[in-house]
Amino acid sequence: MSRDKTMTAKEVVGRLESGMTLGIGGWGSRRKPMALVRALLRSDLTDLTVVSYGGPDVGLLAAAGKIRKLVAAFTTLDSIPLEPHFGAARQRAAFEMVELDEAMFMWGLTAAAHRLPFMPIRAGIASDVMTVNPQLRTVRSPYEDGEELVAVPALRLDAALVHLNRADVHGNGQYLGPDPYFDDLFCQAADQAYLSCERIVATADLLTAQGPQSLLVKRAFVNGVVETPNGAHFTSCAPDHDRDEAFQRAYARAARDPEAWRAFTERFLSGDEDAYQAAVAAFHEEEA
Amino acid sequence: MSSGATTATRAEYCVVACAEAWRDAGEVLASPMGTVPMIGARLAKLTFSPDLLLTDGEALLIGDVPAVGAEAEVVEGWLPYRQHLALVATGRRHVMMGAGQLDRHGNQNISCIGDWARPERQLLGVRGAPINTLNNPTSYWVPRHSPRVFVERVDMVSGVGYDRAAAAGPSASRYHRIPEVISDLGVFDFETPDRTMRLRSLHPGVTVEQVAEATGFALTVPDEVPYTRQPTAEELRLIREVVDPKGLREREVPA
Repeated sequence: MSRDKTMTAKEVVGRLESGMTLGIGGWGSRRKPMALVRALLRSDLTDLTVVSYGGPDVGLLAAAGKIRKLVAAFTTLDSIPLEPHFGAARQRAAFEMVELDEAMFMWGLTAAAHRLPFMPIRAGIASDVMTVNPQLRTVRSPYEDGEELVAVPALRLDAALVHLNRADVHGNGQYLGPDPYFDDLFCQAADQAYLSCERIVATADLLTAQGPQSLLVKRAFVNGVVETPNGAHFTSCAPDHDRDEAFQRAYARAARDPEAWRAFTERFLSGDEDAYQAAVAAFHEEEA
Repeated sequence: MSSGATTATRAEYCVVACAEAWRDAGEVLASPMGTVPMIGARLAKLTFSPDLLLTDGEALLIGDVPAVGAEAEVVEGWLPYRQHLALVATGRRHVMMGAGQLDRHGNQNISCIGDWARPERQLLGVRGAPINTLNNPTSYWVPRHSPRVFVERVDMVSGVGYDRAAAAGPSASRYHRIPEVISDLGVFDFETPDRTMRLRSLHPGVTVEQVAEATGFALTVPDEVPYTRQPTAEELRLIREVVDPKGLREREVPA
């Protein structure tokens, strides 16, 4: 039998170091490994390079001053287009930024997963992505067309954090929603990958919910598995839970005002994950 | 003639102008960003462009045409982000994006306002604008036409305009096309010798002077500028009763 890789979120963070390059799965405010992000917030890790299709993961880490460099094509809350913490951090030049196109980002992860130095892509040429990233190079097609294309460098990661619907203790991960996002690529592009999930199930039970196509992440690319029910909160994790729009609105409101943010942090982010989930439940009782 | 057509609101003219962007598009994905373009794409599919593919805004291709905000009942395909980005590169898509800034060559900015290193106002980031503009037809929708949006120079080129695509050479210009820009004041295109923006039609009730005043660069204005075509009575019925019964269009473009 293969190994049992279950661990706590705190143990995941214990495997990471300041200065690392961390890939975070999901997309915008969708299926983000938020319980692992919250564990990062409670740690003294800092100086991180964060690689993400950015959502509140980026916002929270930026607000906590943990980001040295961000690699992203956007940062958004989806139903609220602008992420307030990300905006505020950029407007005070709080971190270095590598701003890439969405597809360049995908090819960068793909190159890393394939152990290639770069992938060629048409995107980026003639846009200011090339201006603000003077490190980007182009390549000329060796064939008759002779086209000049962007050589997107591999986005190799020290570690990846992803959240899926189900997993077994060995690290086989399953998504049950409509979109895999790029979580498998993040894991393959990383030296170590940690997978949180809504529920750990027996390997033999993985296919009771959906067919083999839903088995997105393979255990060979996973170093640790954490069961974190509601662990993507407040981002969506269909079909287990939708985005918590009321909570996200409260988050965004608080994030726009330092005083309100201190109160939000005190109420929701000062304890452990159980305390967080209890505070969220209390929030909804008040709202009801 | 139909009395309904004479009472169309500005928002409804905008919907029809957006729908027209997808006329004769063929069997391609229509990717509308914004409420009015979304209503327009669905109207086009229900009328003159039945072959269009539409998404539910997430990862599904929908087989029916529900009202905006309502759930589709028929799914005809799967389009997660990884496939969506790959589809862009095939060119089988016409996207209508928004624009924080847009210049006379069609360069678009949704990244940030001010100096990129330390922006005055951070917006979304470039998102997919660089790959969109170099691979599939990209039109723009601007719900509030103003000199803050239509600027001489954009601060961060996200979507590539005609001048920069031409200067960068064949791999940038090969599949580059900006068919239209639609705002609450009129319809614009780049059908000029130097590929700069031209006023193609005015929405009824708007004057050339009004457009010039709301535009931060010199616009090409032909001697004769037609009005944007009226919605037909059937189109108005579809907009009001089928695609947007809640009147969300009027919130994006108030009367």
